[in-house]
Amino acid sequence: MSTELMIWLLPLPPLLAFFLIVLFTNRYKALSHSLAVGAALLSWLGSMVVFFRAISTEHLGTHPFESVLNWLPTGNNWFQIGIRIDPLSAATLFFVAWTVLMIFIYSVGYHNYGQPAGDHDKKGLQPHGATITDEHGHRHVVPSIEPMYSRFFAFIGLFAFGMYTLVVSNNLLTLFVGWEIMGLCSYLLIGFWYQKPTARAAMIKAFITTRVGDVFMLLGIAYLYSSIGSLSYSDIFKPETLQTLASTPAIGGFLGLSAAGMIGILLFIGTIGKSAQWPLHVWLPDAMEGPTPVSAMIHAATMVSAGVYMVIRMFPLLQAGSEGGHLTPAMSLLAVIGTFTAIFAATIALAQNDIKRVLAYSTISQLGYMIAALGIGAYVAAAFHLFTHAFFKALLFLGSGSVIHGVEHGVLHTGEKVDPQDMFNMGGLRKKMPITFWTFLIGGFALSGFPLITAGFWSKDEILADAFANGHWVVFVTLALAAFITAFYTMRQITLTFLGEPRSDSAHHAQETPWTMTLPLVVLAIFAISLGWAGIAESFPVIGNLIPNFVHEFVGGTLIEMPEALPFTVIPLLVSVVAALGGLTLGWLVYRNQKAGAEDPLKATLGPVHTLLKNKYYFDEIYDTVFVRPAYWLADNFTNQILDRGIIDGILHFIARVASNVGTIFRNYFDKPVVNGFGDFVGEGVKRVGRTIKVIQTGKVQQYLLMALVLVFGAMFYFVFSFFGH
Amino acid sequence: MIPLSWYLVFAALLFCIGLYGVLARKNAIGILLGIELMLNAVNVNLIAFWRYRSPGGIAGQAFAIIVFAVAAAEVAVGLALIISIYRRRSSVVANDMNMMKW
Repeated sequence: MSTELMIWLLPLPPLLAFFLIVLFTNRYKALSHSLAVGAALLSWLGSMVVFFRAISTEHLGTHPFESVLNWLPTGNNWFQIGIRIDPLSAATLFFVAWTVLMIFIYSVGYHNYGQPAGDHDKKGLQPHGATITDEHGHRHVVPSIEPMYSRFFAFIGLFAFGMYTLVVSNNLLTLFVGWEIMGLCSYLLIGFWYQKPTARAAMIKAFITTRVGDVFMLLGIAYLYSSIGSLSYSDIFKPETLQTLASTPAIGGFLGLSAAGMIGILLFIGTIGKSAQWPLHVWLPDAMEGPTPVSAMIHAATMVSAGVYMVIRMFPLLQAGSEGGHLTPAMSLLAVIGTFTAIFAATIALAQNDIKRVLAYSTISQLGYMIAALGIGAYVAAAFHLFTHAFFKALLFLGSGSVIHGVEHGVLHTGEKVDPQDMFNMGGLRKKMPITFWTFLIGGFALSGFPLITAGFWSKDEILADAFANGHWVVFVTLALAAFITAFYTMRQITLTFLGEPRSDSAHHAQETPWTMTLPLVVLAIFAISLGWAGIAESFPVIGNLIPNFVHEFVGGTLIEMPEALPFTVIPLLVSVVAALGGLTLGWLVYRNQKAGAEDPLKATLGPVHTLLKNKYYFDEIYDTVFVRPAYWLADNFTNQILDRGIIDGILHFIARVASNVGTIFRNYFDKPVVNGFGDFVGEGVKRVGRTIKVIQTGKVQQYLLMALVLVFGAMFYFVFSFFGH
Repeated sequence: MIPLSWYLVFAALLFCIGLYGVLARKNAIGILLGIELMLNAVNVNLIAFWRYRSPGGIAGQAFAIIVFAVAAAEVAVGLALIISIYRRRSSVVANDMNMMKW
């Protein structure tokens, strides 16, 4: 099969699985998950073939795999859609295929396949466990299978379709289509347990918040199309097109931006929504209401990465017009937002107790790193961090799901009323769940950037090195600080969850999860370590020369001008090593002796700041006051009372009243007197005439004859006189 | 030769006698007889006009014969009706026969 054809087919198996499950196999759980996992496997296989063909192709950056179709007629021309695999999308395809497949497999175990149906489980609620009696007559409560098992696999199938579409697209429109499909799936999956009010609120919040970004992104796409008449990457990134866009002022001369800058910023606002950057970050932590595989897939590995992927994709546009290493306004905006988000989310993560929420904030923070890296022009570093982050964050989320699952098992066993997601109820899980522990440790260390071994170290180090080398001091210092905080809260999480002694009976009775959940953890853990080796800077002392810097060569080739490799400097390396190790050590020291029921030591140290962080800088409350309540107020008082009930209803009522009055007039002055009157007149008249003349019908034949005679005489006289009259 | 007007006057008198009988007699059979007189007055007219105006044709005679046949049929039906009514009501008085009114 030709590579292009194979790329066309890549997104289709999950879509097919979605339709098959929804239409036919919804009732059969095993069949449904086989279909979904089989489809993911097929797409994975295709992706691997495409990926390996891509890396063995010379000059893929200038000659990508590309194929187009005419889609929409536009006047004399066609709007074309197509597929394109260049180094950036090939590498993205690699991590998407792996994480998607792993998450699909993991979902089988996570939703308790093979367990009995629950005692009181309802659709739209989490399974509450089933009571079984063993051979000794003991009754146990064990986890029960998800009531809407097939539905979950259908949704993640559709989601995978969206992601593959986005990655293989060669134009912004189909990218946007995939983007919105994922937005929809994210909505459906966050609200998977739709009977929980918090899940419902979270799904609406996620959808509306990302919609804010998407509207701007669509504006950017429309602006781009109206400027150059095409949305395909190869047209946008032609040097002369970029030059034109960069030298044309934006519509209305807005802030002195060029058209390229304006489009770049509009598209970037889409990313702010999708990748949960400040100020549209509020939806991501709430999205943790969804099942954990969803958190891993949508809110760590793929969908939020899509936002970053898009800005990396659009980097030449963002950079257009930059001269002599100066940042364009769009890039500066990226740098500011990214850096601020990185430190901002990292500080919030410090004070969260929910194991998944910590990871959610760390995701926001790490995405901020990538955006910041792109903002300072570190294209390859941003892409590299995107790849490594996808693996280790998926690993961490799946690990946290495994932990929650294990603790839930304990909760069901003991019947204790504790929150299985609160880290302060855990502890000592290292011995209960060894595979989860080791893989989580690897993921956590990768996130913190543990030196030399983990992938996260190499990618994060590269971002810091880039910031340092190009003299972006504020970015460098802030990101280094964020790295320190990241290491600290990661170790806090690991220590609280796995080390020490169990702080609740449930944690004491936690159990390792089935192989369907641990296998993906192991696979992802391997990548969380080994992927870093593909991107070791060649100037790095000693080991730099052992392995070629594959990521730089390959991904850098996407750009027309290959970015230069940085010379090695020791300061950023030292800073990132110190930040990582310092944060990890400090985290361990502070939390190693945490006792059951004791307060968070940070609370005493930070005081009111801790409250501020715990409440996420009150962003939810601020948005609630500034946007949500006024919107409700406006909806109720203006739209409902004045516009809808007052004006629109008023007009309708007026029309109704006029019509009713006209009807009454017609009825009283036309229908009743004229139409009815005529009908009655005819009827009554005939009746009256009949009644009047019936007296002459006597039944006596001689009278009839007499009358006939009289009439004949009358007629005769008439004729005779009229005859003589002439 | 007797002029045509004599026949016409005779026929008119005969018709008036018949008509008077029809209107004035109470006995239904009398009324029937009156009708016969009126028919025959018409016959006299028909024959007289034939003889004096168009003796070459046969239309007048033919009409007269048709009137005979009609009269015979009419008398047969009329008498049968009268007999039937008499059997039911024991009366042949025309004014008693008022079942046909509304």
